Order: sequence, then structure tokens, then C-alpha cells
Amino acid sequence: MMFKRNLLIIFIVIILAIIPLVVKKDAEFGGADGLAEEYINTLDPDYEPWFNSIWEPPSGEIESLLFALQAAIGSGFIFYFFGYYMGKRRRMAD
Amino acid sequence: MKNKKIFLFLSIYFLYFLIPNNVYAMHIMEGFLPVKWTIIWFIVSIPFILIGIRRMNRICKDDINMKMLLGLCGAFVFVLSSLKIPSVTGSCSHPTGVGLGAILFGPMIASVLALIVLIFQALLLAHGGITTLGANVFSMGIAGPIAAYGIYKLFSKGKKSKSLSIFLAAAIGDLVTYIVTSIQLGVAFPSEIGGVIASVTKFLSIFAVTQIPLAISEGLLTVIVYNLLTQYNKDELQQLAAIRGDK
Repeated sequence: MMFKRNLLIIFIVIILAIIPLVVKKDAEFGGADGLAEEYINTLDPDYEPWFNSIWEPPSGEIESLLFALQAAIGSGFIFYFFGYYMGKRRRMAD
Repeated sequence: MKNKKIFLFLSIYFLYFLIPNNVYAMHIMEGFLPVKWTIIWFIVSIPFILIGIRRMNRICKDDINMKMLLGLCGAFVFVLSSLKIPSVTGSCSHPTGVGLGAILFGPMIASVLALIVLIFQALLLAHGGITTLGANVFSMGIAGPIAAYGIYKLFSKGKKSKSLSIFLAAAIGDLVTYIVTSIQLGVAFPSEIGGVIASVTKFLSIFAVTQIPLAISEGLLTVIVYNLLTQYNKDELQQLAAIRGDK
């Protein structure tokens, strides 16, 4: 029951992410924070960022590697957590 | 009955495509807050972090199950803030994931979790920044979690659906984060015509509108994790409810 309900919710989340791709086919789906940056430039043309990132991923590939790593660390722990408590409960039930 | 609800939901969702923004939404970029505001947001955020660390130590000390649960909340923030999801505005943004931690452990501890993820992203991903850390901790780690926690408390009174209160808390907490980001930028960069209000409105259209569908997704994902917790971690949830003083 709970399992089916959770599956349904996951399905809705996936649909929510796919719809924009289908409906806005021509959009760029950029991930940079560029527009806010551009807008700041129109508000205050003299504004210079007074500090630059200490280190930037040298390429899009490296950046996606690090983002994937972040997601992997997180989901790794989440599934360890539920596996651990699922097993613990089953053992207590026996 | 259920179909009707889904239909209503989808029609509202499609209406939303009419908003013609092609914009991006994320944390405030490195160096993009004037020095004055950088310092102000650091000063505002530091007390929350210190209280959060103290509470964390108190709740988790010598309690392996609480440590595990805290780890789960941190891991959830890690995953959700790494997922850049396309939005109906034709750009991408990512959820924050702090709602879960705020609901379970309270907003102060969620601040600490947000801080850890923001440092990771600022140092390794050039996403957000060290100088804007104070401001970003305030929006993602303080304002968002306080909103989530408040809404959860408000809705969990009486006999309302638990899932609904979790959903609303996480979704609105997510939105509030980006609303606060817009206000932070608007206050720091008032428009020549229309002043602070005009630029806040503009930043809202950049940051907050993109976030709406992602906020819904975050709410739904938080409900899934909570559902699983009610199945496997009843005791820990009760323990936390006692700490929060739920009735």
C-alpha cells in the first residue's frame, strides 16, 4: 500500500520534470546564474564582483562529475539508512 | 474524485507555462553582494549556526539512531541540492532539501546541514560562494527551514493529514528560500526607477517563479522519505516529536 503510494509520488515527480522539456522545446534550460548577474549589471553597471571563486571546475565535465558525486554520496547514505532499519525491523519481528 | 483533483492540478500547472521567463535560479553568486551586505548576512546567520551546533550535539550525543537520522537529513539535502531540474520557465534550478531536517530536528539544526552543503558547493563547484555564504545560509538554512517548521507546526495541530502538512511545509520552505534570495539581492541593488521594490520584483521573477514546480517536487519527495520513516523508524519519530514538544 505504502509502496504503491510512494511509487505514484515518484512518478508524479518525474512527470513534473519531463513536462517542461516537452512543452518548452526551444528553451535553453541553462543552469548558470547568468540572468541575475545580467540584471545586476543593468542596475549598477559599475558593480564589479569583489571576490572570485577560489577554484572553479575546469570544464562542464568536471562540474557534472562533482555534482554526480554529491548526489551519489547523498543517495548512498539514504539507501544505507533504509536498508539498515528495514533489516533491523525484520530481525526484531522474527 | 481523485481524477478531478489531478485534473485541476494539471490545468493550474499548464497555465503556468504562459509565464514567459527564460531565467535561472540558484544561490547568490560569489562576489555578487556588496561588502556591507556580505558582513550583515554573516552576522545575522552566525548565531543560528552556533545554536544549531549546540542542539545537534545535545540531541545526537550517545544516540546512534539520532545520528543516523540526522545523517539521513543531511544526505537528503545533498541529493536534492545536486539535482538541477528543468522548470517551466525554460531554465533549471535545484530544490534545497532542508525541509525534512527542519521538520524533524527543528530549523536551527537544518541551518547547520545547509551550511555544510553550501560550503561543499562553493568550494568545489563554484556554485554560490564563500563571500555570499552568510546570505545563502540565511535564505536556505534559516528562512526556508523556519517557514517549513512553522507551517508543519501549524498544520500538524488537529487531525489534518500528516502527508499534506509535510508536503506543504517542505514545498513552501523551498519557495521561501528563493523569495528571500530575491529580497537579499533587491535590497543590495535597488533599482534607480522604483527603488528596492522594483528590483525585488524583478529578482522574484528570476528566482522564485522558476522554483514553483521544483518546490512541488521537493514537497513530494519529502513525503516519500517521511512515509518510509513512519514505516521503519516509528520510535525515533516519537522521540523527536517529544523533543519538539508536539501534542
